[in-house]
Amino acid sequence: MFEEIGITQEGDLMINVGPQHPATHGVLHLVLTLNGEIIKKVDPHLGYIHRSIEKMCESLSYRQFIYVTSRMDYLSAHINNHACALCVEKGLKVEVPLRAQYIRVIMDELTRIASHELWWSAMSMDLGAFTPYFLAFRERERINEIMEETCGARLTMNYMVPGGVMTDLHPDFQKKVKTFIQQYKLRIHEYKELITGNVIFQNRMKGVGYLSKEDAISYGCTGPVARASGVKSDIRKIAPYDVYDKVDFNEVIETGGDCFTRYQVRIEEMNESIRIIEQLIDNIPEGDIQAKTKAVLKLPKGEFYQRVETARGELGVYIVSEGAAQPYRIKFRSPGFSNMSALDHMVRGSKIGDFIATMGTLDLVIPDIDR
Amino acid sequence: MLSLEGISNFIHEWLNGHLNATLALLAEFVIIGVAAIGLFAVLGLGLVWMERKVAALMQIRMGPNRIGPKGIFQTSADTVKLIMKEALTPENADKILFNMAPFVVIIVAMLILVPIAFARNFQIWDINIGVLYVTSVSSLSVIGILMAGWSSGNKYSLLGAMRSGAQIVSYELSAGLSVLSIIVLTGSLKISDIVASQEDGWWIFKGHIPAIIAFVIFIIAATAETNRAPFDLAEAESELTAGFHTEYGGMKFALFFLSEYINIFIVCAIGATLFLGGWMPFHIGHWAAFNHIMDYIPSSFWFFGKTIFLIFLIMWFRWTFPRLRVDQLLNLEWKYLFPISMFNLLLMTLVAIMGWHF
Amino acid sequence: MMTNEDFKIKIAGLVPSAIFDETGEWLNVLVDFSFFRSMVQQLRSDNDTNLDYLFCLTCIDWKTHLTVVYHLSSAAFRHNIVVKVNLDRNNPEIETVCDIWRGAELFEREVYEMFGVTFLNHPDLRRLILPDEWNGWPLRKDYEDPINMIKL
Repeated sequence: MFEEIGITQEGDLMINVGPQHPATHGVLHLVLTLNGEIIKKVDPHLGYIHRSIEKMCESLSYRQFIYVTSRMDYLSAHINNHACALCVEKGLKVEVPLRAQYIRVIMDELTRIASHELWWSAMSMDLGAFTPYFLAFRERERINEIMEETCGARLTMNYMVPGGVMTDLHPDFQKKVKTFIQQYKLRIHEYKELITGNVIFQNRMKGVGYLSKEDAISYGCTGPVARASGVKSDIRKIAPYDVYDKVDFNEVIETGGDCFTRYQVRIEEMNESIRIIEQLIDNIPEGDIQAKTKAVLKLPKGEFYQRVETARGELGVYIVSEGAAQPYRIKFRSPGFSNMSALDHMVRGSKIGDFIATMGTLDLVIPDIDR
Repeated sequence: MLSLEGISNFIHEWLNGHLNATLALLAEFVIIGVAAIGLFAVLGLGLVWMERKVAALMQIRMGPNRIGPKGIFQTSADTVKLIMKEALTPENADKILFNMAPFVVIIVAMLILVPIAFARNFQIWDINIGVLYVTSVSSLSVIGILMAGWSSGNKYSLLGAMRSGAQIVSYELSAGLSVLSIIVLTGSLKISDIVASQEDGWWIFKGHIPAIIAFVIFIIAATAETNRAPFDLAEAESELTAGFHTEYGGMKFALFFLSEYINIFIVCAIGATLFLGGWMPFHIGHWAAFNHIMDYIPSSFWFFGKTIFLIFLIMWFRWTFPRLRVDQLLNLEWKYLFPISMFNLLLMTLVAIMGWHF
Repeated sequence: MMTNEDFKIKIAGLVPSAIFDETGEWLNVLVDFSFFRSMVQQLRSDNDTNLDYLFCLTCIDWKTHLTVVYHLSSAAFRHNIVVKVNLDRNNPEIETVCDIWRGAELFEREVYEMFGVTFLNHPDLRRLILPDEWNGWPLRKDYEDPINMIKL
């Protein structure tokens, strides 16, 4: 990574972290102002992966713009597509068939598990443990294979359309998902023994990067970051969409507010996702997979806002329509943007090692922030 | 089988028979020098291969398996690549110190090979202060690291080198005290005496509780001394600084890299000699028949087997644990390991005086 | 938990000239920018509304004027309203809400760089995603960039 050293008046050191990282955070450029080993200020410089998605969507049709959004937070690609499809359906007032709703929720939860697995491995690598990377990818490979059979792609699965899903499930889908669940349950204890119960790891994470409840709300943090500070922020419970109101799962809320709590919240969320999938996988009803919609979609004049819960937090899709075949203005309220704005507040006064641990637990995906 | 002792005796007789005494001595010097460098090179290559294979098998993958059967020539290929790379000297660097630093580290590593007993009657120099020699010469490696950090002309190399220097100097205390615990039992600093005193059992078994505590502390301190994970923030803090060997490329970097693995070998060899009996086979008390059977396995096998077991242990740590933060690392040493090792030394002295060991 | 009617009564009490629009999912309130800051400050500190969660801050370019849109919610009660302020296209200025909701700092920087809206009293108003030397306000409808934009 390139280094540029400048000294401010008080003898502080300003150094660059990024934009290229050894760990897989993406292209985030942070300028740290240090006094010895203590951090005084963190200044993010964004825009290395800005693709002007919002401007681009103003010239794409309502069917086309959904596929651009899977590149925004590519680890929750399904959930991004789901949000856009739901917003368009809200505008068109279309009823999605029950089978499609079940399929959408199962795909969402599988994506959430895959995203948390990758977070776990990247964060452990930041802290110096190299083995969890391979263990987590072992599970993630199973999910990618399931996605590849049904949706055709492993990372940016353009599977959700306004009205339902694009194609029907692969015949092996249920069997493979059940095998995956069984294997996952056998192996989750490995994660606990290797990292969660490790004294070195706990010492690096406990008491580090504290975020209080008031600050979490004020900065607009959502997702596991807010839930670890005691804020009830799960959109699946507050404003349920599709079949989330029919399944029984807990919202994982802890009150610690430090890195270790955020870590535990995400691990528990993986278990909750497994519970949701187990309840749904055997009961997928027969029926259509897509509601009948016109070929060229035109939303009526007005504004529509849809919120969903991605693996990182609350994603908001805000469509302003003038009645044409293209949206007039689209705004994507990304979870990473607000979570990152709290980073400066969390790491002031701590050491560089703590900064690395805090960034790991925030789970930032930079294309999500830059759009 | 031809034992190593037999080979060295044969060469000694042959040289003295054909040349006069001074020339024979000089010829022996040359042979030992070449053999030491050869051992160095083979060990370096072998240990790097072992690290990659051990890492791979712990991470459910294969590791190098293309170049040579089971990938044993992988490291040779890497060395050839490093030799052909351009070794730049930065403009701000202090040229003399910059070029000297890798050699200081290598020379220190080679010097410590001298008193180690690889097999029965097979030592380069059986000095009567063997253990003291080893601990004092190993402290000199800090000089090489600080030279490398200072002369690079790079602020971050200096920071990394200072941290590494602080870490090594702190952990030498605990390592030294745990070594001292065994010396209390043997009563002699000479390596051949130490090994011979383990004829009726290794010190880790004979010295029961204090020896086990000393062994555990020694392994932890040894991992920290050689900058291995989980204490590797000097070399792996690549989030910000890339450590003291940032500016080195090509063969100079290869020397640092190899010397790290040689240091691991040396530190494990000392641990094996002091705690696990060196080249002494596994004897139990005075069971003559059992001991006689154990003696059939050559002593060099015992020595290398024990050392490689300890090296495997240290490699196991690297791939399991996350890294410690710098203040936690120094805390561990000064607040926990140092008091425990001092107390352990007292305990061991008590045990030795009262004769409560086996 | 306040309903739309309760909100209308409360806001009409604070700002009589507010215009309400209930065609969307949530209550939309259109206020003039001179009353804007005091109104949102009141809504934030009031115990019944307690709007302490700003979850979206954006801007829309109608070709004659700009509209800054604030989506507000409450973490305790989970009721949502939308506050809109119309701004003059040639000199868009509005007061910042950074000290009320700290997450607004980055949102306002993004609206500044994309639309050119100046937020008064913002602690650090500079471009966020684009380089500092960029000219023009990209998300406005009349933005022309012959190199980067491809017109189909």
